[in-house]
Amino acid sequence: MAGTPVLELVDCELRFGSRTLWQGLTLDVRPGEFVAVLGANGSGKTTLLRAVLGLQPLSGGQVLIDGAPPRRGSPLVGYIPQERRLAPPTPLRARDLVQLGVDGARWGTGLRSTARWQLVDDALASVDAGHIAERPVHLLSGGEQQRVRIAQSLVNDPRLLLCDEPLLSLDLNHQRGVVSLIDARRRSHGTAVIFVTHEINPVLPYVDRVLYLADGRFRTGTVDEVMTSATLSALYDAPVEVLRIGGRVVVAGVPYTPAAETHDPPADEVAV
Amino acid sequence: MSVVLASAADPSLVKQVFNFDDYGALLSLERNSVIAGAVLGLVCGLISAFVMMRDLPFAVHGISELSFAGAAAALLAGVSVVEGSLLGSLVAALIIGLMGVRARDRNAIIGVLMPFGLGLGVLFLALYHGRATDKFGLLIGQVASIDSPELSWLIGISVVVVAALLVMWRPLTFASLDADVAAARGVPVRLLSPVFMVVLGMVVAMSVQIVGALLVLSIVCTPAAAAYRVTASPVRAAVLSVLFATTATVGGILLALGSLLPITPYITSVSFAIYVVCRVIERMRGRTRPVKVAARVPAPVGAGVHT
Repeated sequence: MAGTPVLELVDCELRFGSRTLWQGLTLDVRPGEFVAVLGANGSGKTTLLRAVLGLQPLSGGQVLIDGAPPRRGSPLVGYIPQERRLAPPTPLRARDLVQLGVDGARWGTGLRSTARWQLVDDALASVDAGHIAERPVHLLSGGEQQRVRIAQSLVNDPRLLLCDEPLLSLDLNHQRGVVSLIDARRRSHGTAVIFVTHEINPVLPYVDRVLYLADGRFRTGTVDEVMTSATLSALYDAPVEVLRIGGRVVVAGVPYTPAAETHDPPADEVAV
Repeated sequence: MSVVLASAADPSLVKQVFNFDDYGALLSLERNSVIAGAVLGLVCGLISAFVMMRDLPFAVHGISELSFAGAAAALLAGVSVVEGSLLGSLVAALIIGLMGVRARDRNAIIGVLMPFGLGLGVLFLALYHGRATDKFGLLIGQVASIDSPELSWLIGISVVVVAALLVMWRPLTFASLDADVAAARGVPVRLLSPVFMVVLGMVVAMSVQIVGALLVLSIVCTPAAAAYRVTASPVRAAVLSVLFATTATVGGILLALGSLLPITPYITSVSFAIYVVCRVIERMRGRTRPVKVAARVPAPVGAGVHT
């Protein structure tokens, strides 16, 4: 792919105490590229995102966004979190959530800035959520809420979109809806996507490259390069079977260690 | 209810509770109280919106008990009660703000602080041999006795609080309702928490002067809790909350003016009545809403679903 990288990771390293989660991590992400970040809980996926957001320093190496170090609240970076229910009654409508994405970090009330209304309407329309703009967020379904989240993350037209397990707790249909919206955006606007997930299948048709973190090591490459029995077995240093069944990737035999549990986080999970 | 029952048996009891004789003369005498009530309503209504967003009603109660301890200590020491209660409030607010970042920790810390503060207050009051109304006033309010220096304090604190809230409005809303994304967008979430607690401490300290330590929640929690029942718009919720709080304080004072009873029960009753009305309105709307919602739910999710 052409173009200068939006995101550069140069020899990055993450340690917690004596435990090294990864080191020597180097990766260039180009405009419009879709990179899936896979790995167990506690493998440092969320920390990687926090480092790109400028919220947390890594133990070593350098992160560059458009050639410059990360800055808190940079308009170049959008962020979609996991779906989380808001406790009712919360005074927040879909449009308010998107509006916070426009200028929620600025001081003052912002009551007089009317220019943002059009931005909010456009962003909601672009994710096909115009009809739910006035509804309280706590009454939205998980899928609707995540579409509003996409609008919130894209309203400032970022160059890089960070997605932190945005499909978690969504059903299959909503997962597809959310991923296809993100895919459409990167194709139309060249937004690079870093997509953290523990389940590759929902994003399989879109992924350009995979960053797989496991057991203090990592591998990058295309799906066909990384998601193979040989690569994952080497990564985990244990026999792992990767099967292709009906267009799906099934990984079997990932060894159970505190750093290699794919669903419920173990009690002694490293805080990331 | 009891008022209605009593009216049949004893008309003089009604006269005790609601008495509007010489109302004009009384009103001019109690001008300070009405102004204090209006100012308090504005400030409490505003902060109430954030107290509810941040799930802090229990913290408000905890702060008010330490504020009471501070005020009681000041009474005993013979210094300004306002300053004493302000000091108590700020200490409590800072402890809760800095130590109780997570809800569970916070509630435990408040649960520990609150009885300690109340106990200290009781001790100081027991040692104090002044007027009984001064003692009681700290717990249940003394708006009728507000004098001009106190009113100046009140207005001064209010200006600071309102200015702080207006400056913090957007980031505080963001941090309160959507903390993860707010942090990602560069909002100083960790900094805002103790700053808000300090502002809250100031509001609680001034509320303690007016409605008493035990009843602060009626004007710092109830107004926004009521507003949230009838609107989901954050701006409208804040406006309604201010309206409700001011109605409760000023309305309560005006209702109580002619009687010799404390003003606080009038304020808390008006506040509670507004909450009940809001819940009734919500319920009545709820009967019509499911039809609309049901029509929307089956709508296709995303026209561009990939298959």
